[in-house]
Amino acid sequence: MAYIIQGETGDWEIVIGLEVHAQVTSKSKLFSGASTEFGAEPNTQVSFVDAGFPGMLPVINEICVEQAVRTGLGLNARINLTSVFARKNYFYADLPQGYQISQFDKPIVGEGELVLDMPDGSTRTVGIERLHLEQDAGKSIHDMHPSKSFIDLNRSGVALMEVVSKPDLRSPEEAGLYLTKLRSILRYLGTCDGNMQEGSMRCDANVSVRPVGETGLRTRCEIKNVNSIRYVQQAIEFEARRHVDVYEAGGDIRQETRLFDSVKVETRSMRSKEQAHDYRYFPDPDLLPLVIEQGFVDGIKAGLPELPDAKKARFMAEYGLNAYDAGVLVAERISADFFETVAKGRDAKIACNWVMGDFFAAMNATGKTMENPPVSATDLGGLIDLIGDGTLSGRLAKDVFALMVETGKAPAALVEEKGLRQVTDTGAIEAAIDVVIKANPDKVQQVRDGKTTLLGWFTGQVMKATQGKANPAMVNEMLAKKVLGE
Amino acid sequence: MSLDKATVRNIANLARIEVRDEELDHLAGELSNIITFVEQLSEVNTDGVEPMTSVAAMTLPMRKDVVTDGGRHDAVMANAPEAEDGFFTVPKVVE
Amino acid sequence: MSNLTDLTLAEGRDKLAKGEFTAVELTQAHIQAIEAKRNLNAFIVETPELALEEAKASDLRRRAGTNGAMDGLAIGIKDLFCTKGVQTTAASHILEGFKPPYESTVSGKLKAAGAISLGKLNLDEFAMGSSNQTSYFGAVENPWKRKSDPTAKLVPGGSSGGSAAAVAARMVMAATGTDTGGSIRQPAAFCGITGIKPTYGRCSRFGVVAFASSLDQAGPMARTVRDCAIMLGSMAGFDPNDSTSVNMAVPDFEAALTGDIRGLKIGIPKEYRPVGLSEEVAKVWEQGVEWLKAAGATPVEISLPHTKYALPTYYIIAPAECSSNLARYDGLRFGLRVPGKSLDEMYAKTRAAGFGAEVRRRILIGTYVLSAGYYDAYYAKAQKVRRLIADDFAKAFETVDVILTPTAPSAAFGQGEGSDDPVTMWLNDVFTIPTSMAGLPGLSLPAGLSSDGLPLGLQLIGRPFDEETVFKVAGVMETAANFTARPEGI
Repeated sequence: MAYIIQGETGDWEIVIGLEVHAQVTSKSKLFSGASTEFGAEPNTQVSFVDAGFPGMLPVINEICVEQAVRTGLGLNARINLTSVFARKNYFYADLPQGYQISQFDKPIVGEGELVLDMPDGSTRTVGIERLHLEQDAGKSIHDMHPSKSFIDLNRSGVALMEVVSKPDLRSPEEAGLYLTKLRSILRYLGTCDGNMQEGSMRCDANVSVRPVGETGLRTRCEIKNVNSIRYVQQAIEFEARRHVDVYEAGGDIRQETRLFDSVKVETRSMRSKEQAHDYRYFPDPDLLPLVIEQGFVDGIKAGLPELPDAKKARFMAEYGLNAYDAGVLVAERISADFFETVAKGRDAKIACNWVMGDFFAAMNATGKTMENPPVSATDLGGLIDLIGDGTLSGRLAKDVFALMVETGKAPAALVEEKGLRQVTDTGAIEAAIDVVIKANPDKVQQVRDGKTTLLGWFTGQVMKATQGKANPAMVNEMLAKKVLGE
Repeated sequence: MSLDKATVRNIANLARIEVRDEELDHLAGELSNIITFVEQLSEVNTDGVEPMTSVAAMTLPMRKDVVTDGGRHDAVMANAPEAEDGFFTVPKVVE
Repeated sequence: MSNLTDLTLAEGRDKLAKGEFTAVELTQAHIQAIEAKRNLNAFIVETPELALEEAKASDLRRRAGTNGAMDGLAIGIKDLFCTKGVQTTAASHILEGFKPPYESTVSGKLKAAGAISLGKLNLDEFAMGSSNQTSYFGAVENPWKRKSDPTAKLVPGGSSGGSAAAVAARMVMAATGTDTGGSIRQPAAFCGITGIKPTYGRCSRFGVVAFASSLDQAGPMARTVRDCAIMLGSMAGFDPNDSTSVNMAVPDFEAALTGDIRGLKIGIPKEYRPVGLSEEVAKVWEQGVEWLKAAGATPVEISLPHTKYALPTYYIIAPAECSSNLARYDGLRFGLRVPGKSLDEMYAKTRAAGFGAEVRRRILIGTYVLSAGYYDAYYAKAQKVRRLIADDFAKAFETVDVILTPTAPSAAFGQGEGSDDPVTMWLNDVFTIPTSMAGLPGLSLPAGLSSDGLPLGLQLIGRPFDEETVFKVAGVMETAANFTARPEGI
């Protein structure tokens, strides 16, 4: 199901590479002791290092190094024991030093891979080119004054990991799946919170197109700083179509940086970036080569959590889940843990159905989150136990679940309190059946004449008479006997 | 090697230093002399020599992840030629 | 009391300890000397009130017995060191008015040792120059005069020209300098004083306005070897705020001055006789060898084959680093701003107005050698040659303990002389730059006078972090040279 753009001259495919800037989870900045917390008053979380004052020098934060290595390991990537920080020189209002400390030809993490979970349950492996550490810039605000831009340096110097994919993605959908999966892995590892709204994950997309069958790469355009997965997909879709239109009109694509306008759903050339770039990278003489020990890497490796791919495979093997369900459940570590708590010692498929069905529906309806779920995993497990031991019918269980969501009480307590226990006493059920039979002799006759579909109506009446508490299986069985005399 | 005026203009632009047209000839000559002078390095055989980025024979020291700085907005802003509402300000940048 | 300004740091320290005078008296004497010698333009900012306050505090500390190693001693700080609340300019218009909200580690350590700063000393703009003629705040005059032409104003050398002139003219007892390619040693030689650039990493660069980060190193400038040893002891030490600072104990440098250099091998590099080396300088050098021989050391001819490439290597690496280090002077957060219609116009106008010709030249060269397509030919090549230069020294130090060379190819020259061609001007640093490229300690001390009555300096170069041997040999040479001449009228 390759993604094809049909043009007037033929079919085109898209070639996409993504560069994701992920904010490293750390308390302080990459090269200074200022806080990384989001949302502070302007220029309050700024050290003189972050503001590029004369004579200020960078000192690296060891946690940021550790987080980069952890992420590299999570992407099955090569860890470079020696890496080098380089200066990327350019002038911009929110770049106080006049250069960004980044890594150029010797990044801390080399080639790795990431597995996409396709909607049909299959998987596709995408190459990771590299991951490097760098400083974030500050923030320019252009809409506070008619003739001035305002500069806030709170973000200046916050650690970023730039994760660069190989140009292996072939559709907007794959780009979305890549970002979803990368975000999932970063969150499992605890190396980035993946919050795109707050800018802790930002994406640049490199897009080019080529006629199906062509193997070389054509000129690409870079769409900068797109801040949601949906926008990334829209931007790629627009940009690819633009390329096809240009080529088919006999034109050529110019390599450039473009901006995505989420209101107009289009990309446009960034005038401010049009000037030819020449970053003049060179090793930062304020920092020596970063050398880490293999033991340091091994220690981090030993402490890695089970990651989404391994967990998914285990859920399929251990619990017999299908690829789709397993994929959904492992997307977030917290939902996977929730499921496992519910499934422990119980029928995993029933547990899966409850979590994927009523539980997720209740979460959406109430606007709650996995961190603060509408029903606890223990209570949901308890509810399943009450079905298993016959205390509740499936139907009653749904009522109890609704009450659990509403009241936050445990299922057993609600059953007691509301008297919702399923009736399995044959005498009581028989009595209720007898009353219904006696009151509807005509319908009994119709059933006996062959209109057996009416039996369902009888079941309904009996359930109604018992306020839904009668065991439906027993009602059906006894009704058949009584009405049909079987 | 000699630098022409266009090259001087280009590097002055990269370095964000305004250079007047009438200065270009003189600057180009001066910079060309310097470049010619440093180009004598080409006669040194450096095959297989590792570039020396630092004379310090040690590796990068690291610091603990602790918040030790920040919270001094006024000191950070005290020398600013122009500021407003707690921000540094510059001529508006159009993107 | 009239000769308080003649005291060395060691003498001042001992006499203060004995109570022969107070820190306030010592400070006042130097304040008067500074006022009397304003014509030299050695200071950019004088801070007499601050100094007197500190002197009072110093006298109190001494009474309480909590005085530090340099308590009450009058020094000057090169205006490249950020000083909290006191204007710091790097002698550039672009930083005029800048008052750092922080203190450099080195000036802070000196303060903590009780030293009293009398102000900020002039220098070449951003420490780029060898004659102190590139300062936005005007050229510094060397207190020494030619016998043949006492009216000609001579340069003090650079970039630490204000420091050298102030120490030579007895305005301060000692001063901080910084040295990137010779900026402590060459002005020390021109002004007849002693100065040492320690091993790269010995003194913290934190809070020192950066010129070329892989070369910049702070050091003391004073009138004796002992004074340099005392002052370096208070300046040096590991600083967690500087990633290139070395975590190593600071030895007692003064204790290294044993006077015993018997058995030491002194390297004499055969490549340090370039065309144009003054006859007089060559003679002083030979004299130096004889002194050391007489004291029981053995001269050994050595070869530093890549010496001639040190200068071109330096003039790629230093401008490249400077072009990046000086990008932060953009008119946005501190210093000069020249308004512009756009951000880029503001940058270009601010930097054109803020930087002088030499700084601009070096920024442009540095930008060029790092630019796309040229990096390998220039910067990467220079880094490789730098290693070869460092390897030359490493090899030499397998057989010798210290290396003796002239500090500069000539004595101080006149203001405005020979400064038209930047490359010729740079030749002043031909003997100091190789040491900088290798990060080694280098000390310059006055060894004699030229026939025209100007001081000539010799340089001693040591192994990495072996400043002690350098001091030891320098001490012996100082005694032998018995350099007692002083500038006319001082």
